[in-house]
Amino acid sequence: MGSKNWSLPRSIGRSITFLALCVVAAIQIYPLIWMILFSFKSNPEIFGGNILGLPQKWLWSNYRTALETAKIGVYFFNSVKVSFFSIILSIVTALMVSYAIARMDWKFKRKTLNYFLLGMMIPGQAILVPLYMLALRMGLINTHLILVLMYSVFALPTSIYIFVSFLEGIPREMEESAFMDGASVYRTFLQIIVPLIAPAVGTIVILNFLGVWNEFLFAFIFVDKESLRTIPVGLQSLNGRYFTNWGPIGAGMVVATMPTLLIYLIFSRQIQKGMVVGAVKG
Amino acid sequence: MKSAAKTRASRKRVASNRVALLVFVMPAFILFTVFMTLPIFASVYYSLFSWDGIGKMLFVGARNYVHLIFQNFDDFYTTLKNSLIFAGMSVFIQLPIALVLALVLSSGVKGENFFRTVYFIPVVISSVIIGVLFLKVYNPDYGLLNTFLKDLGLAKWQRAWLGDTKTALVAAFAPLIWQYVGYHMLLLYSAIKQIPQEYNEAAKLDGATELQAALRIKIPLIVPMLEVCVIFAVIGSLKIFDLVYVLTGNGQPFNSTRVPTGLMYTQLFQHDMYGMGTTTAMFIVLECFVFTVVIQRAFKSWRAKV
Repeated sequence: MGSKNWSLPRSIGRSITFLALCVVAAIQIYPLIWMILFSFKSNPEIFGGNILGLPQKWLWSNYRTALETAKIGVYFFNSVKVSFFSIILSIVTALMVSYAIARMDWKFKRKTLNYFLLGMMIPGQAILVPLYMLALRMGLINTHLILVLMYSVFALPTSIYIFVSFLEGIPREMEESAFMDGASVYRTFLQIIVPLIAPAVGTIVILNFLGVWNEFLFAFIFVDKESLRTIPVGLQSLNGRYFTNWGPIGAGMVVATMPTLLIYLIFSRQIQKGMVVGAVKG
Repeated sequence: MKSAAKTRASRKRVASNRVALLVFVMPAFILFTVFMTLPIFASVYYSLFSWDGIGKMLFVGARNYVHLIFQNFDDFYTTLKNSLIFAGMSVFIQLPIALVLALVLSSGVKGENFFRTVYFIPVVISSVIIGVLFLKVYNPDYGLLNTFLKDLGLAKWQRAWLGDTKTALVAAFAPLIWQYVGYHMLLLYSAIKQIPQEYNEAAKLDGATELQAALRIKIPLIVPMLEVCVIFAVIGSLKIFDLVYVLTGNGQPFNSTRVPTGLMYTQLFQHDMYGMGTTTAMFIVLECFVFTVVIQRAFKSWRAKV
């Protein structure tokens, strides 16, 4: 590959390109690295002594302060709880509906699929106020239940789209042999389809998690009670209050972003693929 | 082995099991209708009223819309202008950068996977964290940016980035690029990767340079994905909230950086204007819809010409 004359300009061009790519990578990562570094620093270092460098003293106590005094531990737990339940609710309901769409024969099959897919285009602003009123009337403000319900609904369109596509790619022979043996629809679904669809479920779980963990607008509006806040809301409240405690705030931010960062780094291929698929349909 | 009749019979068993159908479909359907569809209609309804959320609802018809759109209620025009500026910067600054990165990364450079993975990292980070982080990056005395400039001998370039109305809007936009350039780059990269290798090889054989191959072959072939990126970039900018709220305290200094969704938030939860707040929300939704259609039409007619 390449031209016949491996000229000097060409390899210089390549080096410059590579250098440029490295500079971009540095720009993309360095703010995060700076954040991690100042999460370990003491105030004297942060405010003048050592702004850009490695911490002279690694203050793990910042993390203690963040988790306990600033309640990041509580917020973290709340986020985990809300994520967990909304993901489960979303996947179970989406999977069931997708199976019905992909495998059963009924008149409104296509219309139902399109009905759910339209949801992909609806911005939160369109439903915020009525949902707030509904939650108010039902006493669900400042509960985790309302967040779980809303988040699972937000995740439905993409989940259903991906599940239906995946299911349509599974040959029907699998279920047919089960029916031969007299299995009911429910048994077939549980024992045959669910194991087969595991890869798609994996991707959906991760994508949903990323969305729910980072969500701010609705969490901010619906759950303001300190003990129930999710991480994004908690961090914003610290932003106002502990404005000059960069160390612990940094620690809070590091703790808050560790899950998504780690999950991304481990599953980067899957996540990237899922994001592209979701984008193309939306 | 299995007779055709038996296959047909078992297929029928799945198909005609009405109860099973309802069991499988209803949960998602009910959830979606209650929390997504019905609220949309309710929003339209609310936008026609003047209401403080508690007392009586007073029907005002289109008056909220008139106030907002034609009479600059609550300095709506500034928020609209800001969101349009963001949209413009997204399309004309962020996308070209993403495109260049996508082209370079897909042309077989060393470390392709590494760079692709790294560039995407900011996408998975919460906008709130990015907002709080860049508040510190922009801090005039201890922040990353001004310290960096000082150490490079460029102290004259230092600013109160978020405090100065002249720089605040652009300063608010930079983290947005930082966060999403990797996302758009990934989309475009995937599209480029789908181009059959034969095209690239044919171009190389004809002696085309990398640049020519990019312009003549790759870009035209990824126009559908470009359209997707433009739509996402524009819509994302029009409805943005999290980052701007955290970074600028919902519009400081002096509401100069406020965006429509921020305005909606203020109307709803600081002024108890549930009718007008919903109107603002409806405007944003309609705006997104209109822009989507316009962009799609624009691309369609462009494709027809080419």
